[in-house]
Amino acid sequence: MSVMLVLIEHEAGTPGKVSRQILTAARGMADEVHAAAFGPGAGDDAATLGAFGASVVHTFDDDVVTGFATGPQVAALDAALEASGAEMLLYPADPFLTDVVARLAIRREAGVITDAVDLTTSADGVIATKAIFGGDMLSRCHVKPGLPAFIGVKANAFTAEEVAGEPARVAPLEVTVDDDARRIEVLDVVEQTSGDRPEMTEASIIAAGGRGLGDADGFRLIEELADALGAAVGASRAATDAGWYPHQHQIGQTGKTVAPQLYIGSGISGAIQHRAGMQTSQLIAAINTDADAPIFSITDFGIVGDLHKVVPALIEEINLRKS
Amino acid sequence: MRIICPIKRVPDTAAEKHVDPADHTVDRDRSDPVLNANDEWAIEEALQIAERIPDTEIVALCMGPDAAGVTVRKALSYGLDGAIQITDPAVSGSDAVATARVLAAALAGENFDLIIMGNQSSDARTMLVPGMLAEFLGVPALTYVKDLQIDGDIFTAQRETAGGHVVVRAKGPLVVSVVEAINEPRYPTFKGIMAAKRKPVDVRDLATVGVAAENVGLSGSRTAVVDVTPRPPKEAGRVVTDDGSGRTGAVALADWLVEQKIL
Repeated sequence: MSVMLVLIEHEAGTPGKVSRQILTAARGMADEVHAAAFGPGAGDDAATLGAFGASVVHTFDDDVVTGFATGPQVAALDAALEASGAEMLLYPADPFLTDVVARLAIRREAGVITDAVDLTTSADGVIATKAIFGGDMLSRCHVKPGLPAFIGVKANAFTAEEVAGEPARVAPLEVTVDDDARRIEVLDVVEQTSGDRPEMTEASIIAAGGRGLGDADGFRLIEELADALGAAVGASRAATDAGWYPHQHQIGQTGKTVAPQLYIGSGISGAIQHRAGMQTSQLIAAINTDADAPIFSITDFGIVGDLHKVVPALIEEINLRKS
Repeated sequence: MRIICPIKRVPDTAAEKHVDPADHTVDRDRSDPVLNANDEWAIEEALQIAERIPDTEIVALCMGPDAAGVTVRKALSYGLDGAIQITDPAVSGSDAVATARVLAAALAGENFDLIIMGNQSSDARTMLVPGMLAEFLGVPALTYVKDLQIDGDIFTAQRETAGGHVVVRAKGPLVVSVVEAINEPRYPTFKGIMAAKRKPVDVRDLATVGVAAENVGLSGSRTAVVDVTPRPPKEAGRVVTDDGSGRTGAVALADWLVEQKIL
């Protein structure tokens, strides 16, 4: 019997959007899908996990794993792999979890594939598709047969679908968090306010701004557009370098890679370094004064115009059509 | 303090990539290789630490073909003290595990207080190597760091998260991976470029490093590539020129959003 383990991100036990997408993808690739959930409340929503196909949820609800604590998370995930007997692990491709999985792969002699956008089964096991070289190429790869396979799945690669399933069985884990796992002390967790906006790497829609905004105040316009669309805010390197928006929102070669359903860039010319972070988006729209801006070579819909006039009118138009 | 800066030679993002159809490895020599951009922030941070802490030595560490010597000299031109270059035909095609294994083996006989590196390479972008290297060496890893303070052997860092940052503290020796927000890298000076030519580069093969050839490259990797294909080119989309009022552009874009079922 094959078991696929899915590492869950949750809020009081309820799996987040990306976790639901990954649970959906896992169904049909193994005989059984198990979930692993850590931190307070981990086992509190077995019904939803069951509804997305997990038959068991392996839990460790100690708050020692909170605050991006790598060592304790490695110990907990190690215990979940052991308890489930899974040879395959799917996890949301997120920088923090990538660290956890990197360490565990060395301990358990596993192979790792990051940022999968598609998964198919074959005689060699699960084949993952991922973008390489800034989205210029697609690579299909797999972990060699006989080795545990850890695969990071990108947000929005799959559509979450419920099935009629029993609540998952809650199976608390015995986890030993030793001194080695506690070598990193978490002193403080600082959250910058971003309202109710979704996280950029998980968002279905991203409204991004660049040099054309003129100054930090210009980003208020992008935030308003984002809020009208229920989108996250992204920024070009020019904008984050200038200090107009926090670096964690930077899209591009040296920042984040995003592939939302829709990307709308305002005042972004689309240098190759920026395109390397967003060109695999499903739909791309752009607003720019320069008709020759390279961004227009990859847009599905482009507006040549002054963003300071087009964006406010667009926000009005969106709100009008929503009401 | 002794600092190790692992660096990577990567194809220029703007260059046309050439992939060997037989084994799916990148022809790095034909892809305008450059020093990985994120490594420049790690180098800059090491240089700033050396300016604060006397008797600091900074050594670059690079795994790659003979031609990676150019990338090593580039790193040295910023003002590093020396380099270890692991060059062996067998390393070609190494995945993250095989790469981390070689880097760790090369450091087995080295003293170090800090290993500081870019959080990702622009070609593969797996972000796995810092954590894997730390695990092989049995040391902590502070990753995605945007601020680093050092007090003796205690390292306090701000780790960037999706919504802000966490403040973490650990005792060295350890691995730190940095993001762009940490500093503003300097440019190499003419003097630095000239001096780089005379800096010691310790070139080692796999046997010297102590890793068997079957544990690296395509055979030693735990992942295998089925195929690599160029992404299908995007068809040119529609472009509407606004009349200057903002209205025509906005209406056209909103119509399109409705058409695409976004609204």
